[in-house]
Amino acid sequence: MNANIMENKIEQKLIVDGKEVSFSNEKNLLEVIRKAGIEVPTFCYRPDLSTYGACRMCVVEIEGMGIQTSCTVKPQAGMKVQVNTEKTRKIRKMTVELLLASHNRDCTICAKSENCDLQDLAKKLGVRDVRFPSKEKHLPIDDKNPSIVRDPSKCILCGACVRACKEIQGTGCLSFVNRGSEATVMPAYGKGLDEVDCTYCGQCTAVCPTGALRIKSDIDRVWEQILDPKKKVVVQIAPAVRIAAGETFGLPYGENTLGLITAALRKIGFDSIFDTCFTADLTIMEEASEFIERFKKGENLPLFTSCCPAWVRFLEQRYPSFLKNLSTCKSPQQMFGSVAKKVLIEEFNLNKPADQQIKKEDIVIVSIMPCTAKKAECNKEEFKTDDTKDVDFVLTTQEMIRMINEAGVDFKHIEPEHLDSPFGIFSGAGVIFGSSGGVAEAALRTAYETITGRKIEKVAITEARGLHTVKELSIKIDEHEVKVAIVNTLSEASALLERIKNGEAHYHMVEVMACPGGCLGGAGQPPSYKDREIKERRMKGLYDADVHNPIHKSHDNPEIIRLYQKWLEKPNSHIAHELLHTHYKNRKRIFGEIINLSSVEKGAKVTDVQVCVGTNCYAKGSYGIIEALTKLIKENNLENNVNIRATFCMEHCSEGPSVVIDGELILKATLDKIEGVFKDKILSKYQK
Amino acid sequence: MVAETQKNLEKVFEKQRKFCKVNEIVEKYKYQKQNLIAILQEVQGEYRYLPEEIMTYIATIMSISPASVYGVATFYSQFSLDPKGKYEVKVCDGTACHVRGSMPVYKAIKEKLKLKDGKFTTEDLQFSVETVRCLGACALAPVVVINNKVYSKVTPEAVKIILDKLLERSGEGDKAND
Repeated sequence: MNANIMENKIEQKLIVDGKEVSFSNEKNLLEVIRKAGIEVPTFCYRPDLSTYGACRMCVVEIEGMGIQTSCTVKPQAGMKVQVNTEKTRKIRKMTVELLLASHNRDCTICAKSENCDLQDLAKKLGVRDVRFPSKEKHLPIDDKNPSIVRDPSKCILCGACVRACKEIQGTGCLSFVNRGSEATVMPAYGKGLDEVDCTYCGQCTAVCPTGALRIKSDIDRVWEQILDPKKKVVVQIAPAVRIAAGETFGLPYGENTLGLITAALRKIGFDSIFDTCFTADLTIMEEASEFIERFKKGENLPLFTSCCPAWVRFLEQRYPSFLKNLSTCKSPQQMFGSVAKKVLIEEFNLNKPADQQIKKEDIVIVSIMPCTAKKAECNKEEFKTDDTKDVDFVLTTQEMIRMINEAGVDFKHIEPEHLDSPFGIFSGAGVIFGSSGGVAEAALRTAYETITGRKIEKVAITEARGLHTVKELSIKIDEHEVKVAIVNTLSEASALLERIKNGEAHYHMVEVMACPGGCLGGAGQPPSYKDREIKERRMKGLYDADVHNPIHKSHDNPEIIRLYQKWLEKPNSHIAHELLHTHYKNRKRIFGEIINLSSVEKGAKVTDVQVCVGTNCYAKGSYGIIEALTKLIKENNLENNVNIRATFCMEHCSEGPSVVIDGELILKATLDKIEGVFKDKILSKYQK
Repeated sequence: MVAETQKNLEKVFEKQRKFCKVNEIVEKYKYQKQNLIAILQEVQGEYRYLPEEIMTYIATIMSISPASVYGVATFYSQFSLDPKGKYEVKVCDGTACHVRGSMPVYKAIKEKLKLKDGKFTTEDLQFSVETVRCLGACALAPVVVINNKVYSKVTPEAVKIILDKLLERSGEGDKAND
């Protein structure tokens, strides 16, 4: 058989607006038309998500088939398609008009203004008048989530966020609620996005065509710090920011604009400008040595990378039994914060007279990140020292771009500038952190040389690269075979965890990034969902930066060597542990509900028993515990003395099933133990 | 005192029996997502509505997101997220019933049960009232259905008598329990 047929890649032809267009395995007509260079408008179609066909903007006229949505039609040979006919134009215009009638048209002050598909298409289609009375819904804005703001008055019900949350991350926090004119997209039971299992990845904001889901802005708070003469504002720039910021200013996709960013930030008024790649190098030093230790002992393998805060939160909420596999290293952002507030401040104050010394409370750490989850990460209790945050504010790439515009800096035409020292020197290994596979590659370079004591022959580990959601590789280090898996998107991570759990997959190291393609496709970046090529170019930009960097390995970074000599002794030393490592805990997935199984009157003197029926405890048989307890209570005639309730998650999932008796937590309360627990903790009280 | 304790105990058993039933229902449908509507219908049969915590529980044990369950429960008008009364009063407000005066009947019911605007279930959970679209008995308009019993050609005066009778009966029921 012909190889082409086997790959389902036979070239066929159809006609778009009178011109022949060839197609092979495009998944729908819309893709074929776009290939022909004609832009089909759409709100709901996202190439990486399932096809929904809701917005009716991509309608075309097909001979013999009439009006069809091109995103849901399979291309067929000989099809005669017309994109812009009187009918299709009328339908599109009417659709936009109807959407605008029920839309909150605060466009001038909307955060998504000029990045809004609705605004853009209204302009392109020449909608100058909305003939229908306004049906704008005034629903409250949900802004308690640290990273994401949900504004239902701007939602056009395209469902892109619902699909992104479910399909990319496997979380499914958002859903369509109610029906018809009452339909709204919201979390379960109308709760806030802070009360459900949102990982803060922000992909919902990245795919949202309007301002209905947007990034929570910290711009004003950062301006306040910059304009305060007492404060010394230190900024760190994450690897993936440099290869995406330029796009917005008309520079080519993937161009490395670190020099321009540095100059712009300095113009804005940041006092010191450093690079997160430096602490990425530091992360590699710690993580590689942690890996070597675990690898030698065969303990807690595979080692999971811990740089991605959405992944960490996902694991804390859903797979507590895997928390021991997670590297204890803080993420580069948090390492920067703790090192800056401890070491940098002392270096700043070195040889300075007392009146010029910077006080600890006057140093402000700001990060520029491609990521919305980093905003939540810097608020974690674990990342506070003496009640102050290690990283004070996180701005996304998009917010940085807005600040540059607010400050009136002509980004394209300023002279590039150098970073400050000492945290401005980094290796190429630190830069590739911004791409899926980069962390694993950087760690392997250092692990290889540390274990063997020899130089690695091939610095570039190409198997780790590319936009695929799952990559596997194995590398020979001396006589050992090290097996590595690299995944991006949390739904893919979930599938991998299930395979590991079932013993179907065996790895020594697993790198996970929540966003498609890694941080370069982060939700804080300028939008990249429309064209796969944008991510490819950004990725190339990162690996090129590695090539052009004279240092390729974190352990060769002279500033890192100096940092260990002067302050941190050696990787995994006591002081390094204190500053650079963290711990994890189980986290509740949803707030606010308890199933009351008895109704002993309020105020009565009773024993309160709560049994966890969260996912993990349920799987370990907590329902059986409830049945057993109910039976025991009945047998001993204690129905009026014991109040039994089923609750969700006490955040001790790995030691479940959990039972709380009068505030006392009892872990591993398995069925065979429960009778003993009952006699001990409940029956004994009433037997006098 | 003894009677009160006994009554309380019955409430406890009732709650435990229902929760036990939820588990049986989900198990019967083999935890399969495609059976979610059937599961919710049967669970609602037990509770007379879908309590939030029970929906979360169902989502948890079926490995789907609570948001999806909530989405399904709010899509179909057959599901109620608010507790329903022992007597479910349905007032038909289809075209025929509407022109024959279903709204004055509805108003009379709400007045009689002392239900304020936005309230559809009495505080003692004895009655709940809702309007429905065409029950297909237009010749009998206006129609009121109470727990599957059809009352035809109802007037505001007639509905008060019907409710009085039911109120009497439910009062007796309570006395019998005491």
